[in-house]
Amino acid sequence: MRLALIALLLAASPWLWAREAPPAADDPVLEARAMKLAAELRCLVCQNQSLAESHADLAIDLKNQVREQLRAGRSDAEIRDYMVQRYGDFVLYSPPLKATTVLLWAGPFVLLLAGALGLVAYLRRRRLLVANPALSVEERARARTLLEGDRAE
Amino acid sequence: MNRFLLPFGIFLVLAAFLWVGLGLNPREVPSPLIDKPAPAFTLPQLHEPARTLTPQDMRGKVWIFNVWASWCVACLDEHPLMVELSKRNLVPIIGLNYKDGRDDALAWLRKHGDPYTLSAQDASGAVGIDYGVYGVPETYVIDKEGVIRYKRIGPVTPQVIEQQILPLVRRLQG
Repeated sequence: MRLALIALLLAASPWLWAREAPPAADDPVLEARAMKLAAELRCLVCQNQSLAESHADLAIDLKNQVREQLRAGRSDAEIRDYMVQRYGDFVLYSPPLKATTVLLWAGPFVLLLAGALGLVAYLRRRRLLVANPALSVEERARARTLLEGDRAE
Repeated sequence: MNRFLLPFGIFLVLAAFLWVGLGLNPREVPSPLIDKPAPAFTLPQLHEPARTLTPQDMRGKVWIFNVWASWCVACLDEHPLMVELSKRNLVPIIGLNYKDGRDDALAWLRKHGDPYTLSAQDASGAVGIDYGVYGVPETYVIDKEGVIRYKRIGPVTPQVIEQQILPLVRRLQG
């Protein structure tokens, strides 16, 4: 049974790849570079996927564009610029640090700092409370009667 | 009471952010091409492939550049608006037939009307990439100096034409 399943999967696998953009089999190093770069670029048609993952027509065209430019000897940075010129910073999964993206980059650290400050303030207040119990003599007496009354029942 | 106020305040702020987020359209990505020269191209004309079309031909005119395809459902939605706009003779509309078959494209225009002063055929989609096209239809307004002044991703609506495109065209023409 298991053998049959494996055989079926093996038989089906070429068909499963069929929608993948044709890899540049002639140069595996270049293909690896192209795929690494494509993984950093957002597919604009299906925005939660990278170019590498997406099978959208445009993503396939853009992957081929990446391959062609790598073959023509362009650097990764030049290809990233090429994409940004056309689709904006949005195409990059890690956008550059700019005035408009400061919040994006600094936001998590600001939140972390705020949380840490809040925690420190809370702990300090709690320690003070423990050090100086806020019960007066009468309150203590009342608490005692309450507790003892409880035990008596 | 006080101890509930802070979490409730945080909840309100979060809710406000999420509420605003619901109303945003993630497909409306600001185009880096605004106020940049329209990328150059030379493409065969759809109707007469022997002749070519380039943005240079439109120098000195304000024009609308509309990217469409016969396989694109949303293009059909906006098409009557383009046909109507072309009848008003306010501004030339140049069509870019994007990743389409020539016969399909011509049949589509015969069936639904042809609002385009001229049409270029971008069979490979290479020019579309240069214009940052990712969701046809897309519509650009290009000024007399060949600079892109406006870009719309997705179908135009009557409001977009009347409130955004036409006022801009009039201002650029004036």
